[in-house]
Amino acid sequence: MKKVLTTPIKAEDLEDIHIGDIVYLTGTLVTGRDDVHRRVVHEGMTSPYDFNGGAIFHAGPIVHEEPGNNTLISVGPTSSIRMEQDEEDFIRMTGVKMLVGKGGMGPKTTAACEKYKAIHCVFVGGCAVSAAVHVEKIEDCFWRELGMPECEWVFKVNEFGPLIVSIDTHGGNLFVENKAKYQARKEECEAPIIESVKDYLVIE
Amino acid sequence: MNKQEARAVMTDVMEKFLGLACKRLPDDVYAKLKECREKETSEMQKVIYDTYFDNLEKAIELNRPCCQDTGLLHFYINCGSEFPYMGIVEEALREATSKATFSSPLRQNTVNWFEERNTGDNTGERMPWLHWEIIPDNSDLEICTYFAGGGCCLPGCAKVFKPSDGYAAIVKYVFDAVSDLGINACPPLIVGVGLGHNMENAAVLSKMAYLRPLGTHHHHPKGEKLEKDLLEGLNKLGIGAQGLPGNQVAMEVHVESSARHTATIAVGVNVACYAHRRGFITFHDDMSYDFSKSYKGVEL
Repeated sequence: MKKVLTTPIKAEDLEDIHIGDIVYLTGTLVTGRDDVHRRVVHEGMTSPYDFNGGAIFHAGPIVHEEPGNNTLISVGPTSSIRMEQDEEDFIRMTGVKMLVGKGGMGPKTTAACEKYKAIHCVFVGGCAVSAAVHVEKIEDCFWRELGMPECEWVFKVNEFGPLIVSIDTHGGNLFVENKAKYQARKEECEAPIIESVKDYLVIE
Repeated sequence: MNKQEARAVMTDVMEKFLGLACKRLPDDVYAKLKECREKETSEMQKVIYDTYFDNLEKAIELNRPCCQDTGLLHFYINCGSEFPYMGIVEEALREATSKATFSSPLRQNTVNWFEERNTGDNTGERMPWLHWEIIPDNSDLEICTYFAGGGCCLPGCAKVFKPSDGYAAIVKYVFDAVSDLGINACPPLIVGVGLGHNMENAAVLSKMAYLRPLGTHHHHPKGEKLEKDLLEGLNKLGIGAQGLPGNQVAMEVHVESSARHTATIAVGVNVACYAHRRGFITFHDDMSYDFSKSYKGVEL
């Protein structure tokens, strides 16, 4: 059965969700990346959009801008790992419940998701047109002076996804688990190549 | 044709070419991505590849950039020494970049250092980025365009090792770059490896490596073997599309080299995401042009 989360999201909505699950989002999804995090966490500014119970999209869209009529052209996730340093504080300060991005996040965010009951999900990267067609409309825009990729775009979405759960509220982190597996195999994969080049400094 | 006329032609053609190249993958990359899809077996990988191809089709159908990060514009130029309009190229590319930002449209990504305000049209200090090579006794101008997105710039690295570290240092350095930050850069990747004698020449070569057409190889048999071995080895790590478990973290590994100092081993690693928006276009000395090397059966 298709699991659809609707904003505002409550902690109990996230209890039965685990890493590796696929979910969809209906309601409001708001973009925020490096600069939004910096303003909220380091510059003492209050986000004009209230993220409490909401969903943040680590993404910078391409928008065709006309006064009163902004049209979404393409939007897709950016690398969430860039927000790792500030995400714990951002979750604590805003009450955001869902993070959507690309690739994994680290131990600080994992701990914050467990403590404050939030999840991180991955939308397939580089699929900007598929994502854009799931956005019904742009409802608002804040902090436009940060530039098109960095400002807050407020999207109305309907069953936005598929979203792969990468951090759950139980301390699970899909990318950290996977990365450990990849690292464990690294030496074994490198070894035959290293062996084959061991005499390459010898004159031909 | 005088220089002003040539400039107008090049600006117009390049504006439209950028509009094409941000929406459609070049033929060689599209074909390779299809091959990669066949090698993945898990349900999760199938969902991801279905989304990749659904998106690429929609991008063409709706005439929109296939990835929202249209990057900063890089132009790698092979300029024939007899090409008559060398002097207008930089201005034309700058103007085409600015115009394409609105007509394609491209995302506004460009920020000047210290000012820290978005320039709004993707031009800025030394941006678009131009790299020139002069080709003797030739009258063509070949431009390789590349949309350098943030995600695939992030894993890039270069380092200078000691000879005692041997060629093994190259292997380990490539594996580290790909298995660490590379997994976030939208695999399957094209991994560019530059081998040189210092940091910046290895870095530039790593860039030229991933811009090379797919299906081409390093000129030395050992270089070609290293490309093949690295590809096979990386694809045994268990990483698939989007850095999730699978069989194909890399579409291809390309190695480019320049002679090294006897005392140094320099390695650069640069990765390109699966949405490898790299397009070749050639202008002849009468300003007629051809881009069938990257896109067959397509018009501007």
